[in-house]
Amino acid sequence: MPLARAIECTIMPSGAVRHDFQYATPAYQSQTAVAGMWLFLATEVLFFGGLILSWIYSRHWNPAGFDRGSQRASLAAGTVNTAILVTSSFAYALGLLRIREGDARGLVRCCAATLALGLAFLAVKFGIEWPDDFRRHLFPSDPDFGVQGPQQGGARLFYVFYFWGTGLHGLHMIIGVALLLWIMHRTRRGDFSKRYHTPVLVVGLYWSFVDIVWLTLYPLIYLIGRSA
Amino acid sequence: MSAVPATVPVKRGETEGSYLEDGHTLASWLLTTDHKRIALLYLGSITFFFFIGGIAAALVRLNLIVPQGLLGSAETYNRLFTMHGVVMVWFFLVPAVPVTLGNFVIPLMLGARDLAFPRLNLFSWYLFIAGGAVTLWALLVGGVDTGWTFYTPLSTGYSKSHVVLAAVGIFIAGFSSIATGLNFIVSIHRLRAPGLTWYRMPVFLWSMYSLSVLLVLATPVLAITLLLVTLERLFHIGVFDPAVGGDPLLFQHLFWFYSHPAVYIMILPGFGVVSEIIPTFARKPIFGYKFVVWASVSIAVISFFVWGHHMFVAGTSLYSAILFSILSYLVAVPSAIKVFNWIGTLHKGHIEFDAPMLYALGFVGLFTIGGVTGLWVAALAADVHLTQTYFVVAHFHYIMVGGMVSAFFGGLHYWWPKITGRLYPEMWARVAALIMFIGFNLTFFPQFVLGYLGMPRRYASYPPDFQVLNVLSSAGATILAVAYLLPLAYLTWSLIYGKRAAANPWRATGLEWRTPSPPPTVNFLETPVVTTGPYAFGAGDRMHHHA
Repeated sequence: MPLARAIECTIMPSGAVRHDFQYATPAYQSQTAVAGMWLFLATEVLFFGGLILSWIYSRHWNPAGFDRGSQRASLAAGTVNTAILVTSSFAYALGLLRIREGDARGLVRCCAATLALGLAFLAVKFGIEWPDDFRRHLFPSDPDFGVQGPQQGGARLFYVFYFWGTGLHGLHMIIGVALLLWIMHRTRRGDFSKRYHTPVLVVGLYWSFVDIVWLTLYPLIYLIGRSA
Repeated sequence: MSAVPATVPVKRGETEGSYLEDGHTLASWLLTTDHKRIALLYLGSITFFFFIGGIAAALVRLNLIVPQGLLGSAETYNRLFTMHGVVMVWFFLVPAVPVTLGNFVIPLMLGARDLAFPRLNLFSWYLFIAGGAVTLWALLVGGVDTGWTFYTPLSTGYSKSHVVLAAVGIFIAGFSSIATGLNFIVSIHRLRAPGLTWYRMPVFLWSMYSLSVLLVLATPVLAITLLLVTLERLFHIGVFDPAVGGDPLLFQHLFWFYSHPAVYIMILPGFGVVSEIIPTFARKPIFGYKFVVWASVSIAVISFFVWGHHMFVAGTSLYSAILFSILSYLVAVPSAIKVFNWIGTLHKGHIEFDAPMLYALGFVGLFTIGGVTGLWVAALAADVHLTQTYFVVAHFHYIMVGGMVSAFFGGLHYWWPKITGRLYPEMWARVAALIMFIGFNLTFFPQFVLGYLGMPRRYASYPPDFQVLNVLSSAGATILAVAYLLPLAYLTWSLIYGKRAAANPWRATGLEWRTPSPPPTVNFLETPVVTTGPYAFGAGDRMHHHA
């Protein structure tokens, strides 16, 4: 891993002077950019971590309400979206392999596939699933909330997390889509080659991370408490 | 630290001009990616916010001159202390040293041309300005009355003030902090000059590194917390709402998970600055270098495990309170190591009392008082009595103002010749440092007594028995205000009339002193090579102090 290598060649506090100097080589620049992205993703872990911690904590105190909420969520939409998103990351990884071989047109094709899958995810989430949730009165502040009875409070809280969580994840996806368009534009312009394609790698890390966030949200929303 | 080959001294007009002469248009400043210019953009911005926060503090002290409150309305008073807290914490104390002095000297100390991500650095300034503008807007249209801590359910439901705007402003500014921290960490890992191993780095770099870890790991938690508060306020339902099974106390856990490390975000840079100044003006290497640097790292790590001490009386379990109390005591260990090592550095040193040193010595004393009183409030039984009183206010102002602001001024004077290429008037600077020390103690020492006697914080009025101490405190604040205006005046004066500074007016060590003052845009015309550890003062240096 480039990050591991980056740390390895700089963290050794021994007296021996053996590290590449600053921006001497393109490889060194690339590792630096990648290290920056990893660190940014660490901040994102803490950002989503705060949300997910609150989620688990609130579920702990309202297990029955969260179960009721989870049972109303659309398992089909969630599962289809999981498949779409995992496939999109796979497509992007293929693109990265293409550009490592110097095949810019291959990268563009893979980016287009990733983009199409990303847009499909957004369409399912915000075009089908959310409107359906609104129709079924599942928005947490809805006056005729879709879950009635003693578990209404907990179920509303579940949908607070559902909407804020999927909303934030969707926002990250939209930023990812913009980044994909940027990568495609730069690839077409001929910026990337076998030797230099650092931004492709960096955006790929981001896209995969957003994917992983979804893999955490998926069980929290659709699986835990479903059969309770 | 000797540079091999020695950096070529550049005369003005020869080869490259200084960074200050590299473009005079507005665009050459607003679109610059030069870390030195961005540091100056930041310096102007945080000075502005410092005075906004200062005016709010002045009005708070004005109100407390008479027991019934001079401003008449408790509502106004609430908005004033909130404005003071919000502006000072997020728009002065957290960014102050890293984004100005850190931004300026980190690449120089590393022997690099710039930070690892120069455009991100500029972007962070724009985020800071955007966040500051939104927050100021909130304050101008009526302000916020929740206190800087935004406790729920006051902030999510009951408050009738502009919580959302202020939270959004802080949210945006938070991303500026994250960008800065990220940039510093990657730069320190990746841009060290040949031979500059970790243990040859000046202590300031270690402090900046530790602080950056906190910025990067704690700030996102504040961001999500403020976002949850904002959404809850907008939609009247949310995570901290007990009506649906949410928990208002969860807010305090999340908030202090950021805000306690934030205390160290504010003070670690101070440690770094003082660790540069004391060796320079004692003409001795820092005592126990490895202990000092690892103390910074330990403080950064331990600070993530002490947040519960803000919640001893909030209804947390006794066992968690005991645990957090013990962990809080632990932070005192690395903090004390630092104080002892600074004193060890002074021992048998050839001490010069120039202005930066006066500020640094003030820092050591005031930080010690702030730190020791911190142990009082970390003790469970004592905290039950002292929490929510002026004792706590005095305690954290000893750390934040007595410590951090002193260190900021110390560092500003220390690196002023490097930044501007001008010497400041030494006599005036010493006078300002002394007035600041006196004004500070007069303002805040009475507050320890007030708190011990039981005067609660955040009240617009108080029993008449407390008036003498309150008047003393307000009088001290007046002196403090003069002390803050003085540097603004003479430092501005020195920009035009100050004597030209040599490359190394303090005869200090460190790569930043091996390039001209002010440095050329590229920092070093030839990449420096480092062959020794920091603070290697030559014997001859002991004789003459000023260049």
